[in-house]
Amino acid sequence: MAKLNTNGNVYTVVYATVIVIIVAFLLAFVASALKDTQDANVAIDKKQQILSSLNIRGVEKSATDAKYAEVIKEAPIYKTGSTETLEGNGFDVANKEFKEKRPFYVAEVDGQTKYIVPMTGAGLWGGIWGYVALDDDCETVYGTYFSHESETAGLGARITEEWFQTSFNGKKLYAGDDRSAIALSVLKKGKGDKMAPENVVDAVTGATLTSNGVNEMIQKSLKDYQDILDTYKK
Amino acid sequence: MALFSKQNREALVNPLNLDNPIAVQVLGICSALAVTSQLKPAIVMGLSVTVITAFSNLIISLIRKTIPNRIRIIIQLVVVAALVTIVSNILKAYVYDVSVQLSVYVGLIITNCILMGRLEAYAMQNAPWPSFLDGIGNGLGYAIILVIVGFVRELLGFGTIFGLQIVPDSWLMDNGGLYLHNGMMTMPAMALILVACVIWAHRAYNKDIE
Repeated sequence: MAKLNTNGNVYTVVYATVIVIIVAFLLAFVASALKDTQDANVAIDKKQQILSSLNIRGVEKSATDAKYAEVIKEAPIYKTGSTETLEGNGFDVANKEFKEKRPFYVAEVDGQTKYIVPMTGAGLWGGIWGYVALDDDCETVYGTYFSHESETAGLGARITEEWFQTSFNGKKLYAGDDRSAIALSVLKKGKGDKMAPENVVDAVTGATLTSNGVNEMIQKSLKDYQDILDTYKK
Repeated sequence: MALFSKQNREALVNPLNLDNPIAVQVLGICSALAVTSQLKPAIVMGLSVTVITAFSNLIISLIRKTIPNRIRIIIQLVVVAALVTIVSNILKAYVYDVSVQLSVYVGLIITNCILMGRLEAYAMQNAPWPSFLDGIGNGLGYAIILVIVGFVRELLGFGTIFGLQIVPDSWLMDNGGLYLHNGMMTMPAMALILVACVIWAHRAYNKDIE
């Protein structure tokens, strides 16, 4: 057999084509074989985040589904701009669909009804998101959860820590009877002295821009959900 | 040829010390800075890179005689990219929390200079088995430095190792002690300084590296 000319044009093109086809099949196979496990992980992670906003933290992976089913009673989807509901489960709404759909969660913890509002916003380096759980008066914060894509470790990334998230507990969304805007704010220590302490949460030291992002996210998202909250309000 | 002849042993062991990809060749620094703020992601990243260098070296070495010279870099990249995608999928399926922590850096293994460097410099000229050992050696050489840097950064920056608390709360200034976590350690810049310290110590010890 004559030695193959590995530098010929035809050989090069055929070689590249064959390699690409092999790799494409291989990757498609791996991706589809692992997809179910990955999706299950993502769903469990999301359930844990929602449970965290109800101050139910550190649930074991295997126990998450059961706990979620026990606590979350309903997850309706509201159309943006109206209080009409859409078909489907709010849990399945991806963050990027928030423009058209507004998922909302109704939970029951120790016999008390809680409402959970999901939020998305922008931090310093990338996206941030979270959940706020409210008491049935629809204005007292019961718990929160925040997470982020790529905030600075040790600074902005501290919004995922429990001490920051629990510092919202018991705060009020509105300043007294003024319901024209969400008063709940994340501010640097000292900046919120003129406001009622029940509306102010201390920002993360050294992470002003991430904290501002959290502040804007809370105010914008909760304002967007105000009409829904009003229909549930007791 | 014996499986562990002198030459093969050198392919495996040299990158751990005298030919270390980070300490001597100063390759793959970017990811070494990004993922070392804690020990666990540093170890997962080190292992991922080891698996990928080993298998990309093996595959490229197996097909090295068939690769058209003009598109060899492209073929190398395709192999590396395929392996990285597979590893990233496996991490997402089985160690989801770590894959979230590593985020884009797993994907960025594709651009890790160690990989392309070893493929061009070693796998294209050598038989599959020594190439495989060379890949493992270089991956582990990279992992060692990541673990050292990750250990120091997590201990001084957070007071923990593997998330377990080492520095007791009572030492902290907040609780009336005299100790403060070094927030600088959590920043990538400190990883660069630590890598430099490792290189310094390494060269001081191995005087013959120039």
